Amino acid sequence: MGDILVVTEHLKGDFQDITFEMLGKAKELAGATGGKCLALVFGDMKNKASELGAADAVIAVGTETEYNPESYAAAVKAAVEAKSPSLTLVGSTSMGMDIAAPVATALGLPVVGYCCGISNEGDGFSFVSQQYGGKMNVVTNVSGAAVALVLAGSFPAEAGQTSGSPAVEDLAVSAGNGKVRFKKLIEPQGSDVDITQSEILVAVGRGIGSKDDIELAENLAEALKADVACSRAVVDAGWLPKTRQVGKSGLKVKPKVYIALGISGAPEHLEGMKSASTIIAINTDKNAPIFDVAHYGINADLFEVCEEMLEELE
Amino acid sequence: MKIIVPLKQVPDLVEDLEVDGSGKALDTDDIKFKLNEYDDHALEEALLLKEEGAATEVVVMAIDGDETDKMLYTALAKGADKAIKLTGDTPHDTHQLAQAFANAAKTEGCDLILAGVQSVDDRDGQLGPVLATYLGLPCISAVAGVKVQGSSVLVNKEYAGGMVAEFEMDLPGVLGIQAARQTPRYAPVSKVRQVQDSMSLATGSTGDLGAGAGSEIASMAPPEKSGSATMLDSAGDLLEILKEKGVI
Ligand SMILES: Cc1cc2nc3c(=O)[nH]c(=O)nc-3n(C[C@H](O)[C@H](O)[C@H](O)COP(=O)(O)OP(=O)(O)OC[C@H]3O[C@@H](n4cnc5c(N)ncnc54)[C@H](O)[C@@H]3O)c2cc1C
Repeated sequence: MGDILVVTEHLKGDFQDITFEMLGKAKELAGATGGKCLALVFGDMKNKASELGAADAVIAVGTETEYNPESYAAAVKAAVEAKSPSLTLVGSTSMGMDIAAPVATALGLPVVGYCCGISNEGDGFSFVSQQYGGKMNVVTNVSGAAVALVLAGSFPAEAGQTSGSPAVEDLAVSAGNGKVRFKKLIEPQGSDVDITQSEILVAVGRGIGSKDDIELAENLAEALKADVACSRAVVDAGWLPKTRQVGKSGLKVKPKVYIALGISGAPEHLEGMKSASTIIAINTDKNAPIFDVAHYGINADLFEVCEEMLEELE
Repeated sequence: MKIIVPLKQVPDLVEDLEVDGSGKALDTDDIKFKLNEYDDHALEEALLLKEEGAATEVVVMAIDGDETDKMLYTALAKGADKAIKLTGDTPHDTHQLAQAFANAAKTEGCDLILAGVQSVDDRDGQLGPVLATYLGLPCISAVAGVKVQGSSVLVNKEYAGGMVAEFEMDLPGVLGIQAARQTPRYAPVSKVRQVQDSMSLATGSTGDLGAGAGSEIASMAPPEKSGSATMLDSAGDLLEILKEKGVI
């Protein structure tokens, strides 16, 4: 059985949680078969190799440190060719999306997306992928080498957070062909309310139906001394600003109470709120995935429930 | 500058989804399909680029199937210049879909391909990056905001936490669109009907679809219900819980 290669992810000099989540899982999978857990680091992140103690070895490529879709994909491809891992783990993230499929497709390897479960299976691996907005789990078994996109929050980061002094090996890679150039990072805009600090959040999803009805959530939030947050669908529709968005491409929140109104609970949304202490979901679809992470649920129309609550609160 | 936008239909998740007799696929008999919402954003971004004079032509393409005509006519009604319906072998996974679009894009020719960043069923990778690999083009995913500057584009790529990275990419290339700069426009039914009477769909071939994903679905099932949620009957019950938690 071969080794497992983890493509690390970093931003502004820090390894991201997904890196440790993948390392912990890779260590477990490799340990069961006697393979090694390898971590691929980019540019100056090599200097932080001691944070990657969960890996048996660190492979350092001399790309620019700042993420670049083209040069990173070229470096990962070179590393996979050089090390022939039986499995390559890439985050199912904005960055990982640019890397996994191109590398796998160029090398003729299968790529499995949205993985929330991975286990050893015969000579290969079995993957569980979240599909249809979290409404179906799809199992894919692969007998040879593969590349997997790992959903954030699927595996505990603690399992991969061991410091140590793994051997560091430099791997020479070509710089890519320069068709994509990094220009700059743009910090998120400031906001009147920082929802990552809120104790209570009333979060609205597409189920609220229109911009005008956001007011209902605002009234409820006021009565509960809560702040209003939302799903991406609400931001894309222009109903609330980006600073209120919870999830993968928004903010991670951990309030005491999170009330989800008309939010389906897509994996990208759950990523940002599933560690809230108490989650309450109101949704007309009894099969909505939000009910799987909620502590309390009401399978009903959000307007009826909210209006009734407001009446009683008065 | 010519932009191609590949379009795809996906099951409407509002529906009750069930697995068919094979245990490996959705039962599609009774479910409604709709345009992948990120494809809608990709089309909107392409139309915006045309309206501001950065692009000269927007071409949409889709694989022939149920309701494909309506989807393509709707795109024309929104402002696309040409719609191509691809017939031939039906793609079975994202890799084959990408191959079909790659074949058609080579025939059609273009400077930029705007694909939806992902879809709810792309188990074997997202369309944009696979398509770009087949065409040997650069690709950037999770893009919200595109500016054309001569023979390159300046794009905003979304990271976590609201952070955005700006990249420059030489054309031709592929972008995975996360969100257009404005909410996708709506085409009234009357306009779609009018277009149906005045314009026609071009046709093309899906061509050789290649080997596909290189992996197959072993099984499909709804996730096991954690059953941990206590279901409440009324707003009153909910207020009791909020009292217990010290919220009110
Ligand atoms: C790269 C990437 C990053 C993403 N990042 C994020 C992110 O940061 N945050 C995020 O939220 N999403 C994100 N998404 C989008 C995500 O995949 C979903 O599309 C989104 O979360 C859906 O939002 P929603 O639940 O509001 O809408 P929907 O999925 O449309 O759900 C609406 C829900 O409302 C219910 N409903 C309708 N009417 C009523 C009513 N009257 N009363 C009660 N319930 C009702 C419906 O049953 C349904 O469950 C991202 C996607 C991608 C591709």
